[in-house]
Amino acid sequence: MDTSIKVLIVDDFATMRRILKNILKQLGFKNLVEADDGTSAWEILQGQSIDLIISDWNMPKMTGLELLKKVRASDNHKRTPFLMVTAEAQKQNVIEAVQAGVSNYVVKPFTAEAISDKLEKILK
Amino acid sequence: MNVKLINPFINATINVLETMAFVNVNAGKPYLKKDNVAVGDVTGVLGLTGIANGTISVTFESKCILAVVSNMFGETMTELNSEIADAVGELTNMISGQARRELEEVGKVFRAAIPSVITGRNHSITHYTDGPKIAIPFSTENGDFTIEVCFER
Repeated sequence: MDTSIKVLIVDDFATMRRILKNILKQLGFKNLVEADDGTSAWEILQGQSIDLIISDWNMPKMTGLELLKKVRASDNHKRTPFLMVTAEAQKQNVIEAVQAGVSNYVVKPFTAEAISDKLEKILK
Repeated sequence: MNVKLINPFINATINVLETMAFVNVNAGKPYLKKDNVAVGDVTGVLGLTGIANGTISVTFESKCILAVVSNMFGETMTELNSEIADAVGELTNMISGQARRELEEVGKVFRAAIPSVITGRNHSITHYTDGPKIAIPFSTENGDFTIEVCFER
């Protein structure tokens, strides 16, 4: 797994961004960027090269699903791996995310091992 | 209130605290809560809509939430501040999500709002409906917390 890539972490809760950053740092990732909702994430994606997006679903302004659809419709990021990390775990949520092109899906609460396993699959 | 609506929140609370904060949690006996005064010092409240409308709240004693968030962050937290409030919001969110997934398995589908957080001793918890408030106390080795579940009659 290439840990030199730039990762964008999107969650409206600073707590979750902090937990994910801690896990990613333990895995060796150093190049981490944060956004607190989909709108801020989209602005970052317009100005920076991002190699992996890890996003919550339920956020104000622009949800993670809306962000995913914009990413997949864009020329620059349509192939960028997108990991949804969310408490929205009902079947319809998963179906919508898969149909929108999510790379993988982690349900909160999660362990560090669960994040590591999903990243291994996405980035292999 | 149907006990089948309550148990998923108890299960979710234990699972979220144990998975994200590595805390052993013991559930006490549920009781009918008569007033709106919070048992704890910081509370997350979240609205639910679906087959019934209601709210859940999770209210922590200071000592308890400081220990929980210290475990989540891997560093010692010493005061109730915006970081603690944010963590309570996210814990409430995760408990809701986990419980809704269990409820979906028995055909009860709910949607959740974004949680809000209240801090301060003896603050009020306002549930969005006038149904009975079922409180479930939990204990940890570092203090107690209580969840309340309230659905319309």
